Amino acid sequence: MSEVHLQSAQQIQTAVVSGQAKARDIVAATLARISALNPKLGAFTDVTAERALAKADAIDAARARGETLGPLAGAPFAVKNLFDVKGLPTRAGSKINRERAPASADAILVQRMEAAGAILVGALNMGEYAYDFTGENAHDGASRNPHDLAHMSGGSSGGSGSAVAGGLTPLALGSDTNGSIRVPSSLCGIFGLKPTYGRLSRTGSFPFVASFDHLGPFARSVADLAAAYDAMQGADPHDPAQAPRPFEPTSSGLEESAANLRIASLGGYFTRGAELAALEAVERVADALGARRRTVELPEAARARAAAYLITMVEGASLHADQLRQRSGDYDPDVRDRLIAGEMLPGAWVVKAQKFRSWFRARALDLFREVDVLIAPATPCRAPKIGQRTFMLGGEELLVRPNLGIFTQPISFIGLPVVAAPVWTSGERLPIGVQIITAPWREDLALRVARALERDGVVSAPIGRAAS
Amino acid sequence: MKVEEFSADALIDASLPLLGLTLTPPSRAAVKLHLETAETLWRSLRGFDLVELTEPAPVYRA
Repeated sequence: MSEVHLQSAQQIQTAVVSGQAKARDIVAATLARISALNPKLGAFTDVTAERALAKADAIDAARARGETLGPLAGAPFAVKNLFDVKGLPTRAGSKINRERAPASADAILVQRMEAAGAILVGALNMGEYAYDFTGENAHDGASRNPHDLAHMSGGSSGGSGSAVAGGLTPLALGSDTNGSIRVPSSLCGIFGLKPTYGRLSRTGSFPFVASFDHLGPFARSVADLAAAYDAMQGADPHDPAQAPRPFEPTSSGLEESAANLRIASLGGYFTRGAELAALEAVERVADALGARRRTVELPEAARARAAAYLITMVEGASLHADQLRQRSGDYDPDVRDRLIAGEMLPGAWVVKAQKFRSWFRARALDLFREVDVLIAPATPCRAPKIGQRTFMLGGEELLVRPNLGIFTQPISFIGLPVVAAPVWTSGERLPIGVQIITAPWREDLALRVARALERDGVVSAPIGRAAS
Repeated sequence: MKVEEFSADALIDASLPLLGLTLTPPSRAAVKLHLETAETLWRSLRGFDLVELTEPAPVYRA
């Protein structure tokens, strides 16, 4: 059982519950692996070793007393450093926030993961204030891709992608405003879930664009993704965007067939600008699901992306307006200059973008009368190289940082649930992800489809060994 | 200012005193690029015919 810490959260839980492994040993091995590999990966910014070992001891003691252990008992996890962790300043990837007082309590989702038996081992690197798709950070360095250290992890939850893909933890939490769970999932070759807007509580996390911000899990297996998601569901009156949904478990239905679902690929916008690898990944997934010839259009997706971009600029700028005047020299210049530009945009542009959001959401809901699941690329290409500023999309040279999320932005714009699932091509070191998109509140269907693809070997998330 | 004559430099010059900000030359160039990108995106939205509805966030109710 010496390698049990490299297994899935479900396997770890089974080993701990059965007595085949002690939680303390798993945590100790995890901490040793973080210590050995993090200097190369740059995934962690804080390691909570003492806390993790104490939690592991508590789990081992509970088992010794014959108590029932939780569904994630003994499974290490880490969180993007915009989650509050008691005793740590909530950096949100910034120089400024790390000077603030340490958090006095854990974020709600951290509390829920630990209530299920998971063990927090630290906080993870991210793009400053989550305004990023690359995984690079001016203050903490880049989080690197465990499949090739010269390449980006993707962002802004770059440390989350790097930690899970690198086998440092089986689970991590991140945030997704415009694609920040799905982009690193795609580039690092792991599973990520961006739930329906309003599903999971954001209390105790640092915001970016409140009307787009979602929190969610990363994992190397769909069962782990579902288990973490199930553990985090539940009402929270302190997050004003959270909807009063009942607990709707997904783990129990994962093995149900996806054969009876109406599945289609998104055409039009979602095929333009994508590299062949992205299109082939969608085709392979659609083929495996029996949906190769069914393509539908999400009308005006390009305008949706434009509207999401403008709202992000202005809402983000609004959040930082005062601080930009006081501490502008302490920002990553790439982030600061985008925020300043956002402050200058005419208000009428954003009001129109908001109105368009309602229109676009109605069209998407119409589409879900005809289909249950939509498939689209998660990113237009595999992971660019660290430091790469531009790339070619559809024959046009564009900045990498704002454009890696061109296919994720229209979806989070209207808060639809998405599982990002990794596809591999023989002979390629780097993966690329597809989005499995469903109607609001149907995370269960997205996870079931991802599991069917995983079961059939179409998608998978092996540990990247480039740092080993 | 006509929309067709959008000038990021003019917008920057008008905004900086109002916002109480100053920009170094590299920052000004970057801000200008971001404004031009935003204006290009705005052009795609500007002419889109919408019924006047407002709903700021996609909050789905059970």
